[in-house]
Amino acid sequence: MQDVYLLVSGPLAWAAWTIFVLGSIYKVWSTLNTAKKKDQVLLNYVSFRYGMRSIINWSIPFNTVNMRLNPVFTGIAFFFHIAFFVLLIFVSAHQIMIEEGFGIGWFTIPDFVADILAFAVIGACIFFAVRRVMRPEVSYVTDWTDFALLALVAAPFVTGVLAYHQLGDYMLMVVLHMVSAELLLAPLTRAYIGSEFGMVRHVKDW
Amino acid sequence: MKERVWIKDEGVERGAEKLTPERIEKTINAVFDNEAGARLQAYVDTCAHCGLCSDACHFFLSRDRDPRFSPVGKVKQTIWEMLDKKGKVSAEFMKQAIQVAQTECNMCRRCVQYCPFGIDIAYMMSLVRRIGHKLEITPLYIQDTAHSHSATMNQMWVKDDEWIDALLWQEDELRDEFPTGRIPLEKEGAEIMYSVIGPEPKFRTQLIYQAAAIMNEAGCDWTMPATPGWDNSDMAMYTGDSEMMGRLKRMHFDTAARLRVKKIVMGECGHAFRSVYDTGNRVLGWQMPPIQVVHALEFYWDLLNEGKIKVAKKFEEPVTFHDPCNVVRGRGLHEKARDVVRAFCSNFIEMTPNKEHNYCCAAGGGVINCGPPFKNARVESNRVKAEQLQRTGVKVCIAPCHNCHGGLEDIIHTYKLGIELKFLGEIIYDCMEKPNAV
Repeated sequence: MQDVYLLVSGPLAWAAWTIFVLGSIYKVWSTLNTAKKKDQVLLNYVSFRYGMRSIINWSIPFNTVNMRLNPVFTGIAFFFHIAFFVLLIFVSAHQIMIEEGFGIGWFTIPDFVADILAFAVIGACIFFAVRRVMRPEVSYVTDWTDFALLALVAAPFVTGVLAYHQLGDYMLMVVLHMVSAELLLAPLTRAYIGSEFGMVRHVKDW
Repeated sequence: MKERVWIKDEGVERGAEKLTPERIEKTINAVFDNEAGARLQAYVDTCAHCGLCSDACHFFLSRDRDPRFSPVGKVKQTIWEMLDKKGKVSAEFMKQAIQVAQTECNMCRRCVQYCPFGIDIAYMMSLVRRIGHKLEITPLYIQDTAHSHSATMNQMWVKDDEWIDALLWQEDELRDEFPTGRIPLEKEGAEIMYSVIGPEPKFRTQLIYQAAAIMNEAGCDWTMPATPGWDNSDMAMYTGDSEMMGRLKRMHFDTAARLRVKKIVMGECGHAFRSVYDTGNRVLGWQMPPIQVVHALEFYWDLLNEGKIKVAKKFEEPVTFHDPCNVVRGRGLHEKARDVVRAFCSNFIEMTPNKEHNYCCAAGGGVINCGPPFKNARVESNRVKAEQLQRTGVKVCIAPCHNCHGGLEDIIHTYKLGIELKFLGEIIYDCMEKPNAV
């Protein structure tokens, strides 16, 4: 077991981060490359200023009309993303590993706070799953991959809670943390449409 | 869920008879592989199937939140299936996909403002239309309009001499009221080329009269072309006929270049503005239009602020203002429009939602142009607009767009709203100072 732990926290963690970083770079590169060959419009209209304008406006809770229209969903979705990163960066167990590995450290949140946050994140995932089933317009466009993705996202938190309470295997959490670092491409589509709306159409896209 | 109604359209039916599985597959994949590049891939990959776009769509809201009419629901019934099956879909499926893309989406882009990822569903619907065009299953009525574009370079089968005749006729009329009034044809070096859509000379000639009255009283240096290229409209854009769209826009810009004008001022039309300002120029390889393009709303605002037109009397009756998607979500002209409305109308009442979040008229995006077979479904799909208009309690609505007029007229009639529609130019013409009039 010790060997598996060393493998997962060492080479496998490096591999996962490498895949994540290189994969993200590849995704951006391949999108731009395809755009250059077949979709010149994208490169011609994407603008840093208006792209950022859109992303920033969509990053502020309750800033867009649709966020205000769905206050419960918005609240839970923002909490979920913020808690995700808070747990990732400020949990003491992560901190210890980072300090051991790189010799750098910063403040951490108390373990009981982390525990509450993790449970709340799992609760948010359950909310998303229930919403998928209950809302007709969402269930109509849902297939098994949506639940699989949700399970993948929830997995690190479930395993984290289990590990913290000594109910399971710590290494599983680490592995699933790496795997669930996806969807980095998401802001790119916002940046493009934000550019078109801001630069050409002179109008808000939120 | 209510049973889905699939409407029979003669053009779609006749085209579908000639389809083979091989042709469908080849065409879909050719469009996806060669024309739709990075954006389609990113949009499909990024969509989280969250359904948050639904509340943006007047079709979804008007049809009691039927998920098949939500923006993402429309993508599921078209693009997703085509991608999943790698183009191996039936002719029956294609007929339905065309109904969805061509008649159940106005490409108004309201859903862009609701999608957390900024996915452009209108773009995806335009891809389905493009496939439909290549498979020759475009609905009959809008295809006829596209044919008119390719045969006459205008939308309404207006012959070259009929166009000139309509302008001379309106100039004659104009001179009764303004003895020195002119509609200058082919004046090279004028500052402004004024262009309109085909329906204006065909059956809304009074709009040319009103525009001419405003131009004359404002002392504008303007001209209209006496050749094809006068029509700025573009239904080819909405049938997926990109090649024809390019030809139309090229002729329009070429005509302005030949007349050596500084800018093109367009009448109160939304889709034509989208075509000239946003889409047609791209097809031709210009990032932005090569000649400044000014929509009527902005032009009125300029004239008012430069003191070229003055308010003689106020329009007293309470009015509301409908924001057309293509000049508001397409150009952000909502505040300027309101400045002009407030200058001329003493009692302006907002409808809600408004400005860039206004509900579409359900006629735009070429939907009304698909003609009578789809009319009842279209009107049924915009109950929210009727309710929105009714809530204002006013009896006059200003809608500065031809398609909006068509769509709103049908809604007003069906839901018995008793509201009169006006173009903004009508109110300006009625209420401005006319120093040269007799």
